[in-house]
Amino acid sequence: MDTGPALVSILRQGPYLIASIHTALDDSQLVRFQRDLIDRIGEHRSRGVIIDVAALDVLDSFGSRTLRNIAEMARLRGAVTVIVGIQPDVAFAMVLLGMDTGTVHTALDLEEGLAYLATHAGLGGAR
Amino acid sequence: MTDRSSDGEQVMADFPTLDAEDEDQLLPQLVSHLREHRTRLRQEWEMRIQDAHLLHAMTPQEMAAETTSVYDNYVEVLETGSVEALQHYARDLSERIIPRGVETHEVVGIVLLLRDVLARSLFEKYQGSFSLLNRVLDAYEPAANRIANTVAVSFVDERERVIRQQQDSIRELSTPVLPVRERLLILPIIGVLDTERARQLTEQLLSGIRTHRAKVVVIDITGSPDVDEAVANHLVRTVDASRLMGASVIITGLSPEIAQTLVTIGVDLSKMNTIGDLQGGLEEAERLLGYRVTKQEELAE
Repeated sequence: MDTGPALVSILRQGPYLIASIHTALDDSQLVRFQRDLIDRIGEHRSRGVIIDVAALDVLDSFGSRTLRNIAEMARLRGAVTVIVGIQPDVAFAMVLLGMDTGTVHTALDLEEGLAYLATHAGLGGAR
Repeated sequence: MTDRSSDGEQVMADFPTLDAEDEDQLLPQLVSHLREHRTRLRQEWEMRIQDAHLLHAMTPQEMAAETTSVYDNYVEVLETGSVEALQHYARDLSERIIPRGVETHEVVGIVLLLRDVLARSLFEKYQGSFSLLNRVLDAYEPAANRIANTVAVSFVDERERVIRQQQDSIRELSTPVLPVRERLLILPIIGVLDTERARQLTEQLLSGIRTHRAKVVVIDITGSPDVDEAVANHLVRTVDASRLMGASVIITGLSPEIAQTLVTIGVDLSKMNTIGDLQGGLEEAERLLGYRVTKQEELAE
C-alpha cells in the first residue's frame, strides 16, 4: 500500500469535498486516493464530492474505473460526485477507448461542479 | 545490337546520307532533321490540334507561342535525354493553363499529337529502308514516350497540388464554432462530412467548449447531404466527449435520408438529443440554459 506523500489534495469546502489530482497517478496511488476520499466523506459528513482532473493529460481505463467506483461508493456514503476539468483530448480519448464515467456527472470546471452540487446534492432542508 | 548493325551495313549502301554512322549518330541526325523542318512540322501539329478540337481555351497567338516552346523543348529532350528542363516548363505551363479549364486529356492529347506528327515525318524521311526506319524509331520512341509521360505527370501533379491547396483552405473555413449566447454554441455543418473533417470538428468543438465555457452546443447538419457510418459513429463519440466536458449537445436538421441511413446502419443514437430544425434546437437550448425569449409586441412594429 502506498504510504508516501499524498499526490491528491482533499479539501473541505462547507458540505463538500474538493479533491484535486495534481499529477498522473499510478494504480496503487489511485487506490490510496480512493480510500482517503471515502474515509473523509464519513469524517466530514460531506454531501458532495468534486474530483478535479484538469491537470491530467492522460486517463487510463483503470483511472476512469476508479473514478466511477469512487462515485458509486460516495453515493453509498451519502454524497453526490462530480468530475470536473476533463481536458478535450482526454475526453475524446476516453470515448474512443470506450471508457465511460457511467452515471457520474461531469462538469467543465470547479465552478460548474459547485453549481451542480448546489442544485443536486440534496441539501434541501438539511442545513 | 550486333545483328542490327550488320543490317545497317547493308542499308548504308542504299543510303549514302548515313555512311559511316553508327547507332549513336542516329539521334543527333534525327534531331537536326526535326530542327530543320521546325516551322513546317510545328504548323502541321498546330493544325492537327485544331482538327482535334483541343485547347479551345487558348487564343491563336498563345497557341503559336506555346506550341513553339513545347516543340523546342521536345526536340531538346530528344537531343539531351534529360527531362528536367521539360519538367520545369510543363509545370510552369500547367500552372498557367489549369485555371483556364484545360483538361488532362487535352494536354496528353496534344503531346501525343506532336509525337505522331514527328513520327510521321520520320516515316516519310526513312521510308526507303524498313530496317533503318526501325532503328530510327528505336531511338525515337523511348525518348518520345518519356516526354509524353513527363508532361502528363507534371500536369497531374500540378493539378493535385492545386486541389490540395483548395482542400486546405476549405478545411480552414469549414467548421466554425459560433457562440450565440453566453454558454451556448452553434456549429453549423455545411457540405460533406468526411473522416478528416469530422476529426477536425471534434477538436474545434471540444476546445470551443473549453474557451467559451459552453453548457449547451447545437450541431446543425441541415447543410450536410450525407453521413456515413464512420462519421455517424464519430458524431456519437463527439457528443459523449462533450458530455464528459460538461456540455450537452443537441443535434438539429437531420434530413429524412440521413435519419433513414442512421437507423438502417444501426448507429446507436439513443443518447443523442435531436430536434427537427435549428430554430427548435435553439429554443430547446435556451430552455436548458434558463433563458426565456419573449416578443414585445409594441416594439415589433
